[in-house]
Amino acid sequence: MTIQITRRAALLGGAGLAAGGLAMPAIAQNAPIRLGGLTTLEGPFATGGQDAYRCVQMELERINNTIGGRRIEFIRESSNAQADVALARARKLIEQDNVDIILGPLSGAEGIALRDYSRTLTGKSIVNGSSGASDTTLRNPSPNFFRFSTDGTQWMAGLGRHIHGLGIREVAITAGDYAFPYAQVFGFNLEFCRLGGKVTQYWAPLGTTDFTSQIAQINRSNAGAVIVVHGGTDGLAFMTQYAQAGGSKPLVGGSIMADQTMLSARGPHRRVMMGMLSGGPIADIIDDPTWTDFVARYRRRWANEGGFASPSIHGVNYVTNLYGILAGLRAVNGDLSGNQAAFQRAMAAAELTAPTGASVKLDHNRQAISDIFLNRIEERGGNAVVVAFDRARAVNQTLGMPEAQFLQLGSPSRDNAGCVA
Amino acid sequence: MSAGMDLAATIVLNGLTLAALYFIVASGFSLIFGLMRVVNMAHGAMYLVAGYVGYAVFEPLYDRDVWYAWYVGVAAGVAFAAVFGAFVQVVLLGWMQGQELRQALVTIGLSIIVADQLLAIYGGTPRQFFAPDAIFGSTQVPGVGGYPTFRLVQIGIALAVGIGLWLLLNRTKLGMMIRAGVDDRQMLGACGVNVPLVGVAVFALGSALAGLGGVVGATAQPLAMGADGRFLLISLVVVIVGGMGSVTGTALGAVLIGLAEQIGQALFPTYSVILTFVIMVAVLALRPQGILGRA
Repeated sequence: MTIQITRRAALLGGAGLAAGGLAMPAIAQNAPIRLGGLTTLEGPFATGGQDAYRCVQMELERINNTIGGRRIEFIRESSNAQADVALARARKLIEQDNVDIILGPLSGAEGIALRDYSRTLTGKSIVNGSSGASDTTLRNPSPNFFRFSTDGTQWMAGLGRHIHGLGIREVAITAGDYAFPYAQVFGFNLEFCRLGGKVTQYWAPLGTTDFTSQIAQINRSNAGAVIVVHGGTDGLAFMTQYAQAGGSKPLVGGSIMADQTMLSARGPHRRVMMGMLSGGPIADIIDDPTWTDFVARYRRRWANEGGFASPSIHGVNYVTNLYGILAGLRAVNGDLSGNQAAFQRAMAAAELTAPTGASVKLDHNRQAISDIFLNRIEERGGNAVVVAFDRARAVNQTLGMPEAQFLQLGSPSRDNAGCVA
Repeated sequence: MSAGMDLAATIVLNGLTLAALYFIVASGFSLIFGLMRVVNMAHGAMYLVAGYVGYAVFEPLYDRDVWYAWYVGVAAGVAFAAVFGAFVQVVLLGWMQGQELRQALVTIGLSIIVADQLLAIYGGTPRQFFAPDAIFGSTQVPGVGGYPTFRLVQIGIALAVGIGLWLLLNRTKLGMMIRAGVDDRQMLGACGVNVPLVGVAVFALGSALAGLGGVVGATAQPLAMGADGRFLLISLVVVIVGGMGSVTGTALGAVLIGLAEQIGQALFPTYSVILTFVIMVAVLALRPQGILGRA
């Protein structure tokens, strides 16, 4: 068998040589599709980045790294959640590794940087990894940037209303001072303030690991709950220090707080996180057969190689976006010719089912419209797990508001956090 | 006491406890620079490596619920950092004595290699030590209320390190040699002192302090990739502000930077980082040798 292939390859090579330029398109068609992965294997989201690659690798192995008769070559790059680093690595993927498509990045500001970079490219596509800043696709979108995952604002759909429904009228929000938390806080405030709720915001730069002074202020305030929109090590530091300071207000998490990246780390934070509410695109336990199957495959594949008890939010977002790429490639049978025009059209029209069972389609900005889960952290069999107890279907980027009206609210930022009555 | 005073007192205490951690780490950096004139860019790597090695020893013991788990973790981290530091001085830096740029580059390279190896071995999951119950809960502090006990212990450890270093430098033969070496290495060698050996001892001690900082720091806040760069930068800023090679200067620098960071976080969180560097710029402009540094 090996000999046969070698011989065929030799013949093909010979034919190629003989035919010269004429045979070139055929060879290009059979050349592997180069898919560049960009995630954070360094910095505060290293754990999430690692899991993103686990999930992507698993799904590529599942299709035997082949689509439309073409092999997919996956080239891994890493950044540290900083926009400039992500941009440099993306350039490296495009210019030196000569990739056709980039799958990534993971973090908010990186997404905006890559969106801008994608606009300068011809015949290349960048498909989001897990970054969730809303402006990446909402304002000034790039025709070469696709996002099959939902953004940070969407992830908070229903949460503000739910908290208000619990009788809580004033909350303290502690959040990272960068694009993704802006989007999350904006989504929460939009509902909570509209219902008459009052918020006090505490911002801290990404990479802050000492929150004690902020916690001292929060514990002395009248807030009825604390909304924690941090992630990675920052989130873990906040939760640990909150527990150590004897914090007792109910906690509500941003979407990357209630995640296995946080729950699998040991420490006193687990105690205060029990019962925490959150909103987001995934939960550990979702009553959906697609998700049950995905989780089972994930556990089989990674249980002995450092995988989590359940796939992380970043893993699921990367896979959802990978599905978008694969749907596009399948539709054009792996043909990326014509500066990827047909492929990009196919991606824009793709409708798919995310690993969570949520249905995904893109809006006119190539941004996902998909399902959002309301979650609670519960103890199951001695482990802390995130359980979905409600599901909002087909949430769009403006949370159902007419787009013009939503755009008028301005871009989410520290000074424009969506709290309009 | 009013709520405002209460909060102010907490923030000042936070600043001081943070300063204690900064002092522990930066004193090692300052010590190495003082005698060896080596800007040890791998100082953060020592912090990181001690944290991870200490944790690897700590975790199985903690699982078995033995009370001394944390102490063994501290000892393991400190010992490993000390041996590693001595190794670096003997194998890498010793024979390029006096070539400052070369040494700086070698230590930068070393810190990159160490960080990547740690990522490969331990993965990206943040780690955190849990101190023994006796020093883990919260303590009533007058004017502040309940306050994490471990952060108060941090101040105790820093004081012990400070006093220990002072005694070592001013009351022992080794200290005498170190101080003499700071002033004139060649003359010290001519007096029959084995200067390279003193150098190894100083490097081991400096690294051990980074290691102690690593374990103590990883008990107060999560340890993860990137902590090496953060603590290297902090060490640099602290010794630049306080004055290179001076124990009291390092303590003063640590207190200023720790307080600035915490007060900044409370008053203007987004720009708190700037405050730290404003202090550094001001010191460099008005007193380039550092507040207590010798000209």
